[in-house]
Amino acid sequence: MLIDFMRERLGYVLFLAGAVLLAGCGSGSDRVVATYAVTVTNAGANQPLSPPVVVIHREGYDGWTAGVSASTGLEKLAEGGDAADFIAEANLNGNVETAKIGSGVVAPGGSTIIQLSAPYSSDVRFTVASMLVNTNDAFTGVNGVVIAGLGINEAATFYARVYDAGTEINLETAATVPGPAGGGEGFNAARNDYGFVSIHGGMVTGDDGLTTSALNETHRFVGPVAKITVVRVS
Amino acid sequence: MRRAIRLTLLTALLGMALTTVPAHAGQVDVKITNVTHGIYFTPLLVSAHAPATHLFEAGSPASANLQAMAEGGDISGLTADLGGADMDTEANPAGGLLAPGASTTANLDTTATGNTHLSIVAMLLPTNDGFVGMDALSIPTAPGTYTFYLNAYDAGTEANNELINGGGAPGVLGIPAAPGGDGGTGGTGVASSDSNTTIHIHRGVLGDTNSTGGASDLDSRIHRWLDPIAKVVLTVQ
Repeated sequence: MLIDFMRERLGYVLFLAGAVLLAGCGSGSDRVVATYAVTVTNAGANQPLSPPVVVIHREGYDGWTAGVSASTGLEKLAEGGDAADFIAEANLNGNVETAKIGSGVVAPGGSTIIQLSAPYSSDVRFTVASMLVNTNDAFTGVNGVVIAGLGINEAATFYARVYDAGTEINLETAATVPGPAGGGEGFNAARNDYGFVSIHGGMVTGDDGLTTSALNETHRFVGPVAKITVVRVS
Repeated sequence: MRRAIRLTLLTALLGMALTTVPAHAGQVDVKITNVTHGIYFTPLLVSAHAPATHLFEAGSPASANLQAMAEGGDISGLTADLGGADMDTEANPAGGLLAPGASTTANLDTTATGNTHLSIVAMLLPTNDGFVGMDALSIPTAPGTYTFYLNAYDAGTEANNELINGGGAPGVLGIPAAPGGDGGTGGTGVASSDSNTTIHIHRGVLGDTNSTGGASDLDSRIHRWLDPIAKVVLTVQ
């Protein structure tokens, strides 16, 4: 609902911004470049987040779609926190302007800022993705949200929930959880889960009776785990 | 000539922007519904304030007054931080606890203050330091009805041991009470420390099904929740 409100508000700003842009055109082919600063705050209890990726794009790029099989790039990001192929896939899409990774792991309570510049259009969107590393294949992020209406120095905030990539069964064992709670394997090309992206059902953990789990109750989540704020800087 | 037309158009548009965007919302009714199954809200604090004011922020440590609210339901310190209850700050609109399924409305008037942002907090019972929160939402200015859903936060100031022992003062470990009369006793304790000591979105309670023992005094069949936990409907006049 917050997003709905922001969209509504942004839509109005967009109308003004678009109108002013039209009024300023006519001199040539120069495109306006917009710079965005994206702050990712780890707002969860005890799940470090892998270095977040931010993609600036238009309609026609989807980092993932609920109910649809994850790309190999998303699988690698969600199982092992390795974003290289996710970024490579984005850069192959003609609707992507730019993709950038954060400088490191974001610990619970910590933040990172990723700044990107891209040609402005009335359909500018952003996508953010990051793995919850004490899981098998859970990730958080925002998915193709229109930010075209943001004026300079305007901000929009999103609370990002958790998705299950659907590529690795959620054993929660030390051997299969790559984060500090497990120290196990990250990416494995075998796909042994339901095969599509879904909203995550949460962690069970040893404290709730899954005796083979390397996790404890502090690794659980029941809602969003990241606060993501995008500011148009220029 | 073309330049003159552009300038005129630009001026007209800017003029329209200046005249059609109200500075603030005026009268704002804030209806809050507890949409949990088995969690009570202690007295709510509902306030319109300046954009830079935050009662809490995810990723930042809790203030002492936020801690007092989250551990024991005491909103007096946070109310004082906001300059006291007034036309656009309402303390305890429900007149006590807001039970699961119940609603209350705070009627705020920002006409005199021009305040533009809305925050809401209240402790969750039975939890150690859980609270429901809205952090400085930009209040819509156009008249209408707007719906939002709120998450449960953990103040990060007290270990979630899930033991109901009456401990509600800041720094005193334990849960003050289970208002529904559905808590247990004799638990050995769940968490002994908080791994994340900043304010964060709550991981949920564990609970168990042993009312006279086990790790937790909470009942996993009653006291667990999934976000969101509150529905907020703003009516902007």
